Amino acid sequence: MASNKETFGKTVGFVLAVCVVCATLVSFSAVQLKPLQVANKLLDQQTKILEAAGLLEKAGDQIVPTFEKYVEARMIDLDSGEFVEGDVINFDERRNSRDAELSDKPENDIAGINRRSHTAVVYLVKNDSNQIDTVVLPIVGSGLWDLMYGYVGLESDLNTVRSVIYSDHKETPGLGAEVLNPNWKALWPGKKMYDNNNEVAIKIVKGGAKKGDVHGVDALSGATLTSVGVENTLVFWLGEEGYKPFISKFRKGGLN
Amino acid sequence: MSSEANKVLTKPIFDNNPIALQVLGICSALAVTSSMANALVMTLAVVFVTAFSNLFISIIRNHIPSSVRIIVQMAIIASLVIVVDQVLKAFSYQLSKELAVFVGLIITNCIVMGRAEAFAMKEKPGVSFLDGIGNGLGYGFILMTVAFIRELFGFGTLFGIEILPLIQNGGWYQANGLLVLPFSSFFVIGFIIWALRQWKPEQVEKD
Repeated sequence: MASNKETFGKTVGFVLAVCVVCATLVSFSAVQLKPLQVANKLLDQQTKILEAAGLLEKAGDQIVPTFEKYVEARMIDLDSGEFVEGDVINFDERRNSRDAELSDKPENDIAGINRRSHTAVVYLVKNDSNQIDTVVLPIVGSGLWDLMYGYVGLESDLNTVRSVIYSDHKETPGLGAEVLNPNWKALWPGKKMYDNNNEVAIKIVKGGAKKGDVHGVDALSGATLTSVGVENTLVFWLGEEGYKPFISKFRKGGLN
Repeated sequence: MSSEANKVLTKPIFDNNPIALQVLGICSALAVTSSMANALVMTLAVVFVTAFSNLFISIIRNHIPSSVRIIVQMAIIASLVIVVDQVLKAFSYQLSKELAVFVGLIITNCIVMGRAEAFAMKEKPGVSFLDGIGNGLGYGFILMTVAFIRELFGFGTLFGIEILPLIQNGGWYQANGLLVLPFSSFFVIGFIIWALRQWKPEQVEKD
């Protein structure tokens, strides 16, 4: 038996046959499951955006219809703050940031993202009387181990925080991963991102923010570097190199 | 079920456990055991992959040229792992996000390769399939035990349900931060091996 299965031709033929069978199996499953995977990913993203907009409870298990009813995704040019045309469904900030044509290096990269896409997708959330009531802005920045992805929900004054929701991170469980703790998330609503001079004033306070401090949020205990990462991410994305041009335009009412 | 098939299926759980006795597949046991849900999904994935890779390799074992047998085994194992990963992404997106790269790394899990090479290359398909399930379960038994200890004492929860209310949520339990970190599994696995060898002294290596 050993002699007749060891010829060169038989070996090559056998390997080719195995490859064809395996490749068929893999491509069949990949193609068949693709629509479900895409739907799952979109559902996950929409869930997070609704949570950032404070609509998750209202949505219940009707995530997609609620999202479609209240949320409008628009692409913006970050430098000018103007709306631009673009594919908001398949937009991926990180993919753009790897393409020199679509991104540039921030001058002051405190969020540690290396390159920033020229464009961003923002989510305008309407209330029942069709007024824009919340704006959800995607954010990304370095935590302790890796980039952390999330959303900031701002009220229509574009200063008062509705929520800070992280959707994807690799922080230490029990320490940095407490960014997902409901108790910590509950500290954010009502805080102000900007001070009276329109400078970004939000900060994470080690040892706990003072009572009545509208710009300070308690740091996560045992997770100093994650907390610093959250602060830097917010300061970057709300600053001149982030959403500030858009926010300034929007506040003047030019965009509603 | 015949007694031989029964033995093949159950022996890897206590008597010849791939993690505790053969000390294979340790790295994923460290990484995915911070919660019971992750460990359970990982167990199911590994059971599926070891069972079917053993089955397929056993079916074609008499035709595999021995010069390329490792590559052929790898191709089959890798294909199965990709399928598992795709299914997970399609049906349990949240868990696939948490398990992330570790599903893909089942390919490098020595248990799968080890059983293919040591068992499926010699034995008939049916019994190889059972051996795959048995070894997957043996791996899963350790994984679930470690995850039980780590999740209960590290987070105060089991399958995400609160058992010991944490101080930061207004309860009384101070979570053990050490158990939250992956390397704590070394200690837990060490204690499991010790307990197993107290119970079954024949597993102790001779000097």
